Amino acid sequence: MDHEISTAKFAGIRTPFRQIMTAMQAVLIKDVRSELRTRYAINALILFAAGAVVAVSLGIGFFGLRRDADSLRIQAVLLWIALLFAALNGLSRSFVHEEETRTLASLRLAAPPLAVYLGKFWFNLALLLVLDTVTTLLFVMFVRVQVANIPLFVSLLAAGSLCLATATTILAAVIAKASFKNTLFAVLAFPLLAPTLIVAIEGTATALGGGSWSEGFSALRTLLAYAVATFVASLFLFRFVWEA
Amino acid sequence: MTSIRLELQDVAAGYGARVVFYGITLSLRQGETLVVAGANGSGKSTFLRLLCGLQAPTRGNVFYDWNDARYDPRDAGSLIGWVAPDLALYRELTGSENLRFFAAVRGLALHNEQIDELLAYVGLGGRGDDWVASYSSGMTHRMRYAYALMHKPPVLLLDEPTVTFDERGVELVERVVQTQRQRGITVIATNDARELRFADYVLTLGGV
Repeated sequence: MDHEISTAKFAGIRTPFRQIMTAMQAVLIKDVRSELRTRYAINALILFAAGAVVAVSLGIGFFGLRRDADSLRIQAVLLWIALLFAALNGLSRSFVHEEETRTLASLRLAAPPLAVYLGKFWFNLALLLVLDTVTTLLFVMFVRVQVANIPLFVSLLAAGSLCLATATTILAAVIAKASFKNTLFAVLAFPLLAPTLIVAIEGTATALGGGSWSEGFSALRTLLAYAVATFVASLFLFRFVWEA
Repeated sequence: MTSIRLELQDVAAGYGARVVFYGITLSLRQGETLVVAGANGSGKSTFLRLLCGLQAPTRGNVFYDWNDARYDPRDAGSLIGWVAPDLALYRELTGSENLRFFAAVRGLALHNEQIDELLAYVGLGGRGDDWVASYSSGMTHRMRYAYALMHKPPVLLLDEPTVTFDERGVELVERVVQTQRQRGITVIATNDARELRFADYVLTLGGV
């Protein structure tokens, strides 16, 4: 072989932070490129969300015409149920796809575990933000949801998605090698995500009704705290899950 | 030049209650080639998976000495190149994209010319822009060599190295093994008697 690779660029045994960031970026770009070519996860996410919204609009779309506290809460519940189940349906695929196509071993041998986790996390978060946008627009159009405090609504949606992404990324890694992956994913994810879901629904109902920042701040703070705690715990746990 | 050493101490492996092999103690040094022989199911692939840290031994220790330090195989991915029939690459990416991705996660900055040279070296010159999904089984196996050799690893693990290869593919394996003798250690798992010619040592598994 003629080419020479600088030994200074040899992937060190002790992975420096900068290399982890480069590897994380590579994992993210690879996942986005693969996703754009195969539509493996995005189709499942969008189809589920669109199906849920259409079903809701056909069944109880008239709630959109009312502005009382109960209907606002029901709208928030429906929005988060659509987001949660679409996420449960699609977000496990980042790791499951690697297992199904047997690329986990080649990735595991080459990539620092932290870079894999971070790359997959950002990929899942990006998918969720696409899902948030599509689902919200569909809700506004078909269920006639009116958002009175848009900045608070967007912040809560982003914070809730952050919670979903942190929890589902580590769970997806856990279940990737298991049998009955989808069932296990849903069973494990639901108790982990239920508390955040309740908080997100409360906060979203407040935002839909035009509540102030101070009214929604408590929910926002709780969601962000949960996301940070789960993210930090995942950073420590992922290596053990990855090498199991 | 940094030298590499592979050490196994009383190593056993198994799946659940089934013991595949046990009591393996050996040491390999720079420039040496070990051929692992044995019938189907004797544990050749399992042995290689232990060496690259994809599986843990049920007893004993495996480690590498390199650069005045000792490493568990799980932490030594940078030292190891692994070629195996069950090693999969990303079918929805092109050959070049696969190599660029694995180079990036390994911390290597490979230029396009280097990727082209690597592809040419394994016999895939001019096919780098094709999706791996469009490759034949022999071409996919050549891609596995490109994946394993890109970082010039001091430890090269070859599981069934010539499987699906034509005559020119077999010549590639000859070249790779000869080059690896200068670079470090080679371990070959095979049940093809012709590949015993590469061996400095032969480990025959089976009979548990």
